[in-house]
Amino acid sequence: MTDVREALMTGRKSDGTAVRRPLSPHLQVYKPQITSVLSIFHRMTGVALSAGTLLLVWWLVAAATSEGAYATVSGFIRSPIGWLLLFGWSVALWFHFCNGIRHLFWDFGHGFELPQVHASGKAVLVATGVLTLLTWIVVIAF
Amino acid sequence: MANPKAAEAAIMRSMLGRARGLGSAKSGTAHWWAQRVTAMALVLLSLWFIASALHLAGQPRAAVLTWAGGPVTATLLLALVVATFHHMQLGLQVVIEDYVHAERCRLASLLVMKAVVALLALAAVIAVLKLAFAG
Repeated sequence: MTDVREALMTGRKSDGTAVRRPLSPHLQVYKPQITSVLSIFHRMTGVALSAGTLLLVWWLVAAATSEGAYATVSGFIRSPIGWLLLFGWSVALWFHFCNGIRHLFWDFGHGFELPQVHASGKAVLVATGVLTLLTWIVVIAF
Repeated sequence: MANPKAAEAAIMRSMLGRARGLGSAKSGTAHWWAQRVTAMALVLLSLWFIASALHLAGQPRAAVLTWAGGPVTATLLLALVVATFHHMQLGLQVVIEDYVHAERCRLASLLVMKAVVALLALAAVIAVLKLAFAG
């Protein structure tokens, strides 16, 4: 043992054999439930939105640079890939937004009973769908 | 680690001394709290930005320049950029810490991620300021 931290990472199974404790939950051994699936979605959409900030920065920098640079970013956004990215970005944003508010309610100590957790999870999914739909109705109609 | 008592004796530090700084948070609640504060700010700022982006959709660059040239827009855009990238690096840090187990690789990933996020944030800030002062 080279590091005292290693001591905290080791444990024993019920049959006595030594094991190294896992750092992260082992997803593959659990049955997917709305609680765990939405938690994973929250993380995945967070990472996706991080990648999406590249488009935001590109748009801002292009707007600040020149007509030509702005035309390039506009052209990209209007391309089929651009539309697809923007649609994915809108879904990810609304999900992360709604589920983030759900997390904030938990942080204030509300909604911890299991039926409430299930209901708020379903509400997040419905709200994500409705808000994404409304967003694209506004984009297409106006 | 056959004998924890032997390991403890060899280290010559108290149990408390050994445990300090090794909790899951390591730095108390600062990271957790910053993530919540930026989240609350982003609830309002992202709603404002989505409304603005929908308003600007399909408009020429001139409309963006007029919009971004106002001091209120510039202030809110800077707040959005700071809150977004701060929230983003806090979140990505947790993801890296959870999944990258090898110590050197984890440190390298964290440094690269933080550098990229810092540069993106600075580029966005410069763009917003340029738009604000041009307008």
